[in-house]
Amino acid sequence: MENVQAIVLRAAGVNCDVETQYALELAGARAERIHINRLIEDPAPLDRCQILVFPGGFSYGDDVAAGKILANQVIYHLAETIRRCIDDGKLVLGICNGFQVLVKAGILPGLAQMGFSFENQPVSITDNDSGKYEDRWVYLQPGTDRCVFLDADRRIYLPVAHGEGKLVTRDASILERLRSEGHVAFRYVDAQGDVGDFPINPNGSVDSIAGLTDATGRVLGLMPHPERFVHSTQHPHWTRLEEPQSDGMMIFDNAVRYVRENM
Amino acid sequence: MAQWRFEVSNRKGFVDARGRAVLEDIRELGISSVEGVYTARVYLIEAEMDRAFAERVARELLTDMVCQEYRIGRSDIPAGPMPATLIEVHLKSGVTDPVAESVVAALADMGVAGAHVRTARKYILVGRITDEQTETIARRILANDCIEEVITGTDSEPPSSHTRPYQLSVTQIPILGLNDDALKQLSKDRDLFLTLTEMRTIQQHYQSLGRQPTDIEMETLAQTWSEHCVHKTLKSSVDMDFDGKPIHFDNLLKETVFKATQDLNKDWCISVFADNAGVIEFDEDTAVCFKVETHNHPSALDPYGGAATGIGGVIRDPMGTGMGARPIANTDVFCFAPPDTKLKDVPKGVLHPRRIMKGVVSGVRDYGNRMGIPTVNGAIYFDDRYIANPLVFCGNVGLLPRDKCFKRPQSGHLILVVGGRTGRDGIHGATFSSGEMTHEHEDIFSHAVQIGNAITEKKMLDTLLVARNRGLYEAITDCGAGGLSSAVGEMGETLGAVVDLETVPLKYAGLNYTEIWISEAQERMVIAVKPENLDEIRRLFAGEDVEATVIGRFTDDKMLTLRYQGVQVGRLDMEFLHEGLARYARKAVWKSRSPGEPDLPFQDDYTQELLEILGSYNVASKEWVIRQYDHEVQGGSVIKPLTGAANDGPSDAAVLRPRLTSAKGIALSCGMNPMYGDIDPYWMAMAGIDEAIRNLVCVGARPDRIALLDNYCWGDCSRPETLGALVRASQACLDGAMGFETPFISGKDSLNNEFVCEDGTRIAIPYTLLISGIGMVDDVNRCVSMDVKRPGNLLFMIGLTRNELGGSHYYNSKGHLGGNVPQVNPAVAKETACRIHQAILKGLVAACHDCSEGGLAVALAEMAFAGGFGVEADLRGLPTSDDCVRTDQQLFSESNSRYIVEVSPSNYDAFARLMLNLPFGQVGEVMKEPRLTIKNRHQKIVIDAELQRLKTAWQAPLWLG
Repeated sequence: MENVQAIVLRAAGVNCDVETQYALELAGARAERIHINRLIEDPAPLDRCQILVFPGGFSYGDDVAAGKILANQVIYHLAETIRRCIDDGKLVLGICNGFQVLVKAGILPGLAQMGFSFENQPVSITDNDSGKYEDRWVYLQPGTDRCVFLDADRRIYLPVAHGEGKLVTRDASILERLRSEGHVAFRYVDAQGDVGDFPINPNGSVDSIAGLTDATGRVLGLMPHPERFVHSTQHPHWTRLEEPQSDGMMIFDNAVRYVRENM
Repeated sequence: MAQWRFEVSNRKGFVDARGRAVLEDIRELGISSVEGVYTARVYLIEAEMDRAFAERVARELLTDMVCQEYRIGRSDIPAGPMPATLIEVHLKSGVTDPVAESVVAALADMGVAGAHVRTARKYILVGRITDEQTETIARRILANDCIEEVITGTDSEPPSSHTRPYQLSVTQIPILGLNDDALKQLSKDRDLFLTLTEMRTIQQHYQSLGRQPTDIEMETLAQTWSEHCVHKTLKSSVDMDFDGKPIHFDNLLKETVFKATQDLNKDWCISVFADNAGVIEFDEDTAVCFKVETHNHPSALDPYGGAATGIGGVIRDPMGTGMGARPIANTDVFCFAPPDTKLKDVPKGVLHPRRIMKGVVSGVRDYGNRMGIPTVNGAIYFDDRYIANPLVFCGNVGLLPRDKCFKRPQSGHLILVVGGRTGRDGIHGATFSSGEMTHEHEDIFSHAVQIGNAITEKKMLDTLLVARNRGLYEAITDCGAGGLSSAVGEMGETLGAVVDLETVPLKYAGLNYTEIWISEAQERMVIAVKPENLDEIRRLFAGEDVEATVIGRFTDDKMLTLRYQGVQVGRLDMEFLHEGLARYARKAVWKSRSPGEPDLPFQDDYTQELLEILGSYNVASKEWVIRQYDHEVQGGSVIKPLTGAANDGPSDAAVLRPRLTSAKGIALSCGMNPMYGDIDPYWMAMAGIDEAIRNLVCVGARPDRIALLDNYCWGDCSRPETLGALVRASQACLDGAMGFETPFISGKDSLNNEFVCEDGTRIAIPYTLLISGIGMVDDVNRCVSMDVKRPGNLLFMIGLTRNELGGSHYYNSKGHLGGNVPQVNPAVAKETACRIHQAILKGLVAACHDCSEGGLAVALAEMAFAGGFGVEADLRGLPTSDDCVRTDQQLFSESNSRYIVEVSPSNYDAFARLMLNLPFGQVGEVMKEPRLTIKNRHQKIVIDAELQRLKTAWQAPLWLG
């Protein structure tokens, strides 16, 4: 498919939609920002797109818990449409608050045979161990080779900016399944690729998990912001480097390439 | 309908961040017997649902089952050896509860319509505390008396009574015939903060009308004429005794700050000192506007809420500039007393500076981050004299199309209020912030604190930008100080307006017409809409759940007519309202001082001095604050506030690229140094200007495209000495702006920053002038950062180091002030800035850092530890004035207009040619070994330290947990 269409979902308090749209367009997609109220009125645009992105921000002010209210809207109004999108081979990406939404709506981790629902949510994302919001850059090591958004052997450098980014699992068996079934999309590591404590792992996530993919490998959620590193001058010390590669583009380029080659 | 009570708390093993923070705040209040604080969120839901459904609501909506647990009903006081106190904080009846609104909507999604929801916070304090302590904790930490209600123990919930609706009764204020004492008393009794002259002016006006004013008319006049709104001090005529010589100003502001802008007459200035923010050219089709405001008084009473609404308010300034700008960056500058101030030194009625600082930082963080606007530049300044009057400067930069820089309201246009609803919060904010504070303010003026909700503002912004782009409104302004009274009054100044106050959407019933009119409830804007566009604009706003309500229309009778349910409650002549204020004549005096220099011994080594200055609060790293701000949202960040090999060095200025498709950038900086003002506010202001410009030039901004903003925070200017200091600073603004050719485009002042203690002692803040700078960057790929880049590169000082230790951090660390305050020669400074800029454009500069607080030694240390490479410096190459001979002067003098530049040896010739005829010399070389050594002119090593030691000293002081 040549004309790749993406939708960046807006809602009250979402605030990374413009730069996410820009990143998708840099990668060659046509991206549209659409308010969730419009999709609830008429979900047809979802049928016309191949990539759906839940961008970062503070949807509904993090009321009740981060991502919760938007997740509730998704469950009760768009669940079937989104399930159909995934079943049809389309891609879904959740960044930061968008990742929280995907987790709280049960779309991630999308363990095999579990489907997505509120019941028995297997993982969650909660307050950073530091107890506060922080903006800092982290290295990410891919943890699986079956997520279409990432190059399995490429370590990338991206910023995180959140107060609730600590990934936790309901119990140890869930964590074991995330690992053994290839759901761990990214881990926080240092420049050499080793895991470690704060600030290498900025929020205290279990097993340093920074992002998850579902059983299909076509849904990705991550706390770091790939849309904030699409130009070399966004690197925090680009003035020391020769044209650093814009690591965030990996995610958008791979998504667009996947759609072009497979749909 | 059944009422269900849910309590949700974290499971064991998950940090209760809120409980932890409250415990820390309790300790900071000096109460040490509380051992633990546990919190829970309480939801009270009235709805048609059975037990099974309530369980579902608890599990699926209210509780995160992985990390939280719930209880339906009320939990008991935990059993255990220690006594525990239960405190519940509920919102007062009628106060907007956004969480509850979200839950109502979510319940409807789940199939339960028409639920009534309230939320509360429950706190369990473990430890033995007295009733009085419980009350203190509740009032000072847990609840805001203005909007919240505290319940202790296991009392039942507060009744969900609905506030009684308001019954119209028009109040007249008998002012005719009052004598001077009675006029003064009237102003005081009604919190009008009007002077006797102003009261007399009003009395005369109503005498000529032959009637008494109504309360809403008096309040409108008080708001419009408040110092906060009209800056009567800066616009007054001043007779000054300057060292015995008389000087006269007809209008201080017009003859100083404004004059520079007028005389410079830059064609890239689009709209200056006219709109809510100053507007300048960005590129062919885009303009940029910048505004900095203070929110000092509210932040003193409620640091979190005051700072949050400070940033929320200043964001609405660009949003209300021209036809509305898109906010692209926040700036924040704070002044506090040192965080380690002893409890006994904190006056009654004043919060501890550590608590103020933490509250202010969290307030800016939560509001700015939620708005999705990067907070990119700022500073924090510490001085004991800010103890009762902390200063909170919040700035916002916005981008707007060139063809949307001006408003065009006309008679016949409808007046709409959009965004949040109106409540009793923030009443009298404008007048309150114009007076001095006392130890009783906390109790009396709690209603003056506004309550912010960033998501309401964000939703309003999103829809307004669409409406602007579709051309659906003709004018826009924000509801700031004075609320609707100022917004409608200003927009309709040359037209006239009729407003029907009962149509304004309220948060809760019971507000009288005057409260509606002057409320400073947040997140509201006023727009003027052609009747034919009304339907479309209503559809647009409703589609994103934002309220837009017609409240009146603009007329052509030049009268402001206020009605409530058809009854006229006020009618004011626009001309009297805006021009009727009597001009003031004030006296000022300035006596030049020469305090003299301290007699300090010569030393062989100054490493300890350097470490001490690096670790002083003013110089120390602000990373703890910076990292809590999202400084990268919107994707335009180029030079971040922290830079260098480990992303932790102090950038001179921030650069961002507001249009992602263009390489053109905007640089933002600030300059401020109150310590110099203790010697001479003229040189303080000049240093602020020089520093703001220097910082911009360091990162690569064009020196010929720099605009400045002034924010004065001063004491009581009815004292001639205090006003004299302000005149001195204003004269420097004129001379500095003219000399650098950098116009001022916007400004604001906050006077009467004084505090009267219980015993009558008066604490005045130091003279504080914040200069904010905005500069244009033609190509962000050419920007430069301050960290050293490569061993073998050479370091040069450009600019003359003089014997200017007056007001320096070096003197301060030894308990002295001195008299040799750093001066500025604008002609030389400007030429230096231009040459540095040329060198940056030619790619000759590897790093550039401005030399300011702490002088050369601090600047070199910062460049070295930010870059992770050592520096070997030698003072023989330092260009100095003839009287700057001592080693400590050369190391620590804070002479202005100096830059340290890193150049690779291969670029040396080209660089040196560019610097010809400027004071310029090699001061060092970048080394591989991570160590800073500085040799004095006699080749003795006077500073020697490993970088890690310097960096630790610099990073350690300001980590507040």
